[in-house]
Formats: sequence, structure tokens, C-alpha cells
Amino acid sequence: MKKYMSFFKIRFISGLQYRAAAWAGISTQFAWGGLTVLMFWAFYQDGKNSFPMTFPELSSYIWMQQAFLAMFMAWFFDNEIFDSITSGGIAYELCRPCDIYYMWFVKNMAVRLSRTVLRCFPILIVAALLPSPFNITLPPNPAAAFLFLISVILGFLVLISFSMLIYISAFYTLSPNGVRIIAVSVTEFFSGSIIPIPFFPESLQTIIYALPFSSMQNTPFLIYTGHMNGADTLRSITVQIFWFAAMTLVGRILFKKALKKVVVQGG
Amino acid sequence: MKLYFKYVAMLLKSQMQYKASFIMTASGQFLVSFTAFLGIYFMFSRFHTVKGFEFSEILLCFSIVLMSFSVTECFVRGFDVFPRLIQSGNLDRILVRPRNEIFQVLTSNIEFSRIGRLLQAILMLIYAIPASGIIWTLDKILTAFLMVTGGIAVFSSLFVLYAGFSFFTIEGLEFMNIFTDGSREFGKYPMSIYGEGILKFFTYVIPIALFQYYPLLYLIGRSDNIGLIFLPLMGFLFMIPCYCFFKFGLRKYKSTGS
Amino acid sequence: MIELKNISKTFKVAKRNAGFSEAVKALFKKDYTYIKALQDISFTIGDGEMVGYIGPNGAGKSSTIKIMSGILTPDSGECVINGRIPWKDRIRHVKEIGVVFGQRSQLWWDVPVIDSFELIRDIYNVAEPDYKKTLAQLIELLNICEIVKTPARQLSLGQRMRCEIAASLLHSPKILFLDEPTIGLDAVSKIAVRDFIKTINRENKTTVILTTHDMQDIEALTERILLIGKGRILLDGSLSELKMRNSSHKTLTVDYTGEKLPEYENMSVIKDLNGHAEIIIDTNLMTVSQAISDISANVEIKDISVAGETIDKTVVSLYKEFNI
Repeated sequence: MKKYMSFFKIRFISGLQYRAAAWAGISTQFAWGGLTVLMFWAFYQDGKNSFPMTFPELSSYIWMQQAFLAMFMAWFFDNEIFDSITSGGIAYELCRPCDIYYMWFVKNMAVRLSRTVLRCFPILIVAALLPSPFNITLPPNPAAAFLFLISVILGFLVLISFSMLIYISAFYTLSPNGVRIIAVSVTEFFSGSIIPIPFFPESLQTIIYALPFSSMQNTPFLIYTGHMNGADTLRSITVQIFWFAAMTLVGRILFKKALKKVVVQGG
Repeated sequence: MKLYFKYVAMLLKSQMQYKASFIMTASGQFLVSFTAFLGIYFMFSRFHTVKGFEFSEILLCFSIVLMSFSVTECFVRGFDVFPRLIQSGNLDRILVRPRNEIFQVLTSNIEFSRIGRLLQAILMLIYAIPASGIIWTLDKILTAFLMVTGGIAVFSSLFVLYAGFSFFTIEGLEFMNIFTDGSREFGKYPMSIYGEGILKFFTYVIPIALFQYYPLLYLIGRSDNIGLIFLPLMGFLFMIPCYCFFKFGLRKYKSTGS
Repeated sequence: MIELKNISKTFKVAKRNAGFSEAVKALFKKDYTYIKALQDISFTIGDGEMVGYIGPNGAGKSSTIKIMSGILTPDSGECVINGRIPWKDRIRHVKEIGVVFGQRSQLWWDVPVIDSFELIRDIYNVAEPDYKKTLAQLIELLNICEIVKTPARQLSLGQRMRCEIAASLLHSPKILFLDEPTIGLDAVSKIAVRDFIKTINRENKTTVILTTHDMQDIEALTERILLIGKGRILLDGSLSELKMRNSSHKTLTVDYTGEKLPEYENMSVIKDLNGHAEIIIDTNLMTVSQAISDISANVEIKDISVAGETIDKTVVSLYKEFNI
């Protein structure tokens, strides 16, 4: 556990080194969030009745999305990991006294978390100060806040266990680019990062909720905004736990198989 | 010009060495812009109009912006990945060759796989042309053509500006994504839908609306002002400050070596 | 003709301190240090000369090369190469120079080398007959006939470096800058590269300026040496001059049978184990033959070798002498 913590610390400090990157990221995301909110505002004015969320809920959703972008961005992959698989460099990693699956898992968490921690607060603070209904508001009640915390951690774990599957696929395809591009666009689309899931046609929503992608950013953010409440919340959190457990299990099994292959073939 | 085509042939030859990767990247590009299209489609199946624009009109706007962007990304890619050119030291190689620097940066990289995005843009255009109900007279065709050309001019300028910034900060470059990727993302809707202030910004500061919102009004018959047809040409003026800024950055590079 | 007069250059570098609180501070404020990369550099290199430019990492070697090739503008001083100021007249200047960056490639990675050559021919506007002639010469001298049809990415480092050098010479430059051309090469390729450099310097009268960390390169190639350290020229002279400065020490390696060696006057025994000894003598104090006869008086010598100080050590001691 201690080695994982020091891993975090190093990532975090090296993240802090890049102040220009942090400020640039914050302003970009702020502009991005602002324009997205304005785009929905345009639709809202023409069709208030068709709007599936209240506008403050939507604003909160978009700002949360921007604040936690680094945590849930689907396109981020650690190229070192891909390289070590395709080039056979993984043989060296086998020499280290840790479980590689968990090490990679933590590495991904560390990069994303350190960026998020650096960037989320300025975005949240400024977004909270915006005029209503464009601002981010607090969760409707303490219970929602608490459930959001649980759900955001689970969503994060679901996302990373999914990206682990993509890394592992590199053992089998040896040209991970294709799988990666497809995985990224599918994840982005079905996790609600292009448009929030409530804006999808109802018929499609049933299918989407059966996929793991909705357990990533969608569930925690909808809980936060208060759009998802009551029994729905608990059900969604259960689904999150299921996907996390299932994908980690599958990931571990495939990983072990792949490693055997590497050892047998000598990398 | 002859030399340019030799470069093109060389780069094409290089990229065709990796056919599988090329096809994958191109289809990936297609898929990414296809999900963007689906996003718009779902929004319109729910709302039908936005600020008075209909689905086919938005598609017209989106396809034109996407077309300019993908052409630019293909041929002006050298400026888009310019930070890498600095970091790898290959800019030094460019500087010890007896050709114009801009020309050499342009020819340092051409990304043919952007054809995936272009394909998506063309498909949308094919759908939108009849669906929009526009009668395609000569002036309308000219308008659409100038919109695409003006778009290429503005996006190229933005890439040059981006490259210019990379002389000063590599880490802070993400900031420029608001203008490059942001223009593509938010330019799929006419800039007017974001409100008066944003429209002004994207007219006078970053001239996206010049090749997008204003001529679109003429194209879909919302305005009779013939001047709007030629407004995209103003985009070429935007090249001047961006080019000067790049030259300024290059001078700084030569004096600091970084 | 290359003339540098009082060239100076200072860089501004951001400081980064260790630790968490320092990193947070750096978010808001940055400290800078100024590094004097070049101070008052002056030298002249005549046409057809071959010069070794040596010095430790960060001494200012590549800054000087960059200034001479027109990539970098100095803060002050003059630099005139073939009558031109490199950074003011870049395009015309670079037509007459060739640059090999040992650690970077100028060949297009995925196409056969010959295609790269042809593109370079067009970039430099080399007339076809000239190109054919030069290419034939380069292919023969560098022995790359077999490999020019192979994509650059499939070449070994040694093969690639030979092609890199050829690529830099296709336009028959008057001056050739070689920045660590033998870095990472195996012995055979190193020798091939060195022989080639010697040949073109002799036959084509190309001025060659060579930076390297490999003292064998210097030994094999250059008569004249410029030693730079901490941004200053420390020594401008011949290789033998450099050697002279530090050649009074000799190392004797002795294999013998018999008792351990006793203490001698004027000899320092630095190693003596199981009949194998290393002894350093100062030739100003005693001759080598005197030392051998002294040793053989005590033990039976089976084998003996005498080595002067290597040029590597000479340079290291020069660095020490100048405090760099």
C-alpha cells in the first residue's frame, strides 16, 4: 500500500510542476463548459417542454463534467503501458515486486487524480459564482452529496477497470491503435460525455443503461445534480459495483492468460 | 510547387507503409465525427429547431465547418504538431535547409488519414443539400464554396497561431485548444446560438462566424445581402497577424534556442 | 573561411526546486537563473581545415555549432562565414554548409534512403549531373550501394549514420559540421566514418568541424583542437601540443614471479597482487629503462608493457587544470 501511495505523491508533485499546463487546462475547460451550457440554453429557450432535465441540473452536470474531466476522460491512455506490451518491455516489469495489474491500475488512477485535484477547484469555484441558472449548485440534500461521493469513486474505478481491458487487448492484437480509437469513441458517446444520457431518445436509454459506460460519469453526476434520486440511485450504485467487479475480474483473468503467453514466448 | 508535390508523394508513400494503421485511424476519425453527428441528431429529434435553425440547416453548417477543418488538419498538420518539431530538434534541421520555413513546416507532415473526417463531412453535405430545400443557383454554390475556403484559411491561421505559441510555452498550449478544437466543436452550430457576446467574439477576435454564421444566412435564404457571400474571404486577412506572430516566435527561438 | 569574434550568449532557465511546498509556490512564481553559455568566443578556421571541437557536456559546443549554422543568434560578437553572417542571410548561408546531428535523423523514416536523397536534391536545387556525380562518389566512398534502396527504419545505426552523412553532403557543401557523428557506433562503422571524413577533407577540400566525446575520433582525424569549457575557449592548438602538456607520466604493467615488490624511489606502485603490478613513473625523474632494471633487480619479469597517458586522461586533467 505504501508503495502505491508514494506513486501518487510523485505523480502529484510532478503534476504541480507544470503550472502553465494547469492554468491553460483550467481556462480551456472553463470556456468549453461555458459554451456547452450556452448551447443547451439555446435549445432550452426553443423547447422548454422537451428538456429532460431542469436547466440548473443541466448546468451542474456540465460543470461537474468539466471539473472532473481529467478523471473521466476516455481518450487518455498511458502510452508507456502500450509500449511495454507491444515492445515486450513488460518482461522488465515482471521483475518488480508488485502485481502489474494493480500497479498499472494505480498508475492510471494517479495520473488522472493528480490532474483532477489540481484543476477541479478553480473550475468549481468560478462556476459556482456564475449567475443562475448557468452556475453549478450544491447537491439537493446531504444524502445526495454522500451518495455522489460513493458513486464518483465507483465510477472512476469502473472507467479504469475498463481502460485496463483496453490495455490488455494490446497483448492480443499487437496494434492497439484501432481498438483504442473505437473504444474511445464508443465510451465517450455512451457515457454521456457528448450529450448527457437523459437527452438520448427514451428507447435508446434502456439499452444504454444496460452498458457499463453509463456507470462511469453519468451516474455520479446525475446523483449530484439531483436528477437521479431515490431508489434509482441505489440501483445505479449497485450496477456500478457490479461492473467494477465484473470488469476487474475479467481483466485479471485475461491479464494472467496474456502473461503466461508472454512468459512462454519469451516476450 | 513541384517540390511540394514531391513531398506529398513522399509522405503518402511513407504512410502507405502502414496500411492497417492508416485504415484504423481514418475509420476512427470517421467514428468520432459520426458520434458528434449522432449527438446533433438526438438533440434535434427532441427539439426540432434551435434559435430558428432546422436540422438540415445545422447539418449544412456542421458539414462545411468539418470539411474545412479536416482539409486543414490534413495539409496544415505540420503546424498542428509543431511542438513535437521543436521538442525533437527537427526544427533545427528545417533551419539548416535553404527553403522557406513555413514551406518546410507545411511539408513536414501531412495527415492523410483525416480523410475519415472529410468523408463524414461529405456524407452530411450530401444529405443536407437536398434536405435543406435550397435552390442551388450559382450564387449559392459560390457561397458554399467560399465558406469552405474561408474556413480553411481561418483554421490554418489558428494552427499557425498555435505553432507560434509553442515557441513560448509548450505546457500552456492546451489553452489554444479552445480556438482550434473548440472552433470545430462549437462551430457545428451557427455561432449566433451562443448569444450576442460569443458571436461578437467569434466575429472580431477569432473570425469563425465570418465563414459560418453570416454566409449561412445568405445560403439558407435568411438574408438577401450579397455582401455576405464574400465575407468568408475576410478569413484570409486573419492569416496576416497569425503569420507575423509565428515569425516573431521563430525569431525568439533563434535567439534563445528553445 | 570561418571567423568568430567575441561571441557571447546567455540563456535564461527556470529554476525548479524539490519538494511539495516548492512545487506549489512554483504555481504562482518562477525563479530564473542566467547561464552564460558562451563568453567571448573567438577563433578563425581556414578553408579546408579539419578541427575537433571538444569539451564536456554543456560546455557550449552545440551553441557554437548552432550559431555557425545560423540556427541561433548570439547576444553579441561577430560571426562571418564565407563572407556572410549566418543568421542574417540564412537561406544563402545554409546552401553552403552541411550539418550532421549525430543523435537525430534527417532521412524520411519509412521510405528507401535513395528517395530521401532525391528529395534533398530538390530541396537544395542540385543540378542533375552534379547530383549524379556526387551521389556516385558518396555511394562508393561510404559503401552504401547495397543499402540505399532500404527504408531508413530498417538500417542499423552504423548504416544509417553513413547515409546521414551522405545526405548532408549531396549539395557539396564547403563546410561540414559533424555533431557527434560516431556516437553509439560499433568499431567497424566508426572506422568507416572516420576514413570517409578524412577522404572528403583531403579530396574535396571540405572544411570539417567535428564535435565529439570520442577521443579516438580526434586522434584519428584532427590536427587542430579547440577545447571549450564553461563557455570559454580554453585551448586552441594542435593535438600533439595537447598531448605534450601531460605526457610525462607513464604506466608500467608488470607480470612477474617472486616476492612482492619493495618500495622504490620515484615510482609509485598503485597495484600489486598475485604477481601482477601497475606502477606509475614520472619521466622527468627517471627513465623507463631505469625503472625496468630496478624492478628486474628484485623479481623475475615475465611480461611488461609501457603506456603513456591516454588522450582521454589528458583531457580530463585539462578539465581539472582549468577547473571545469
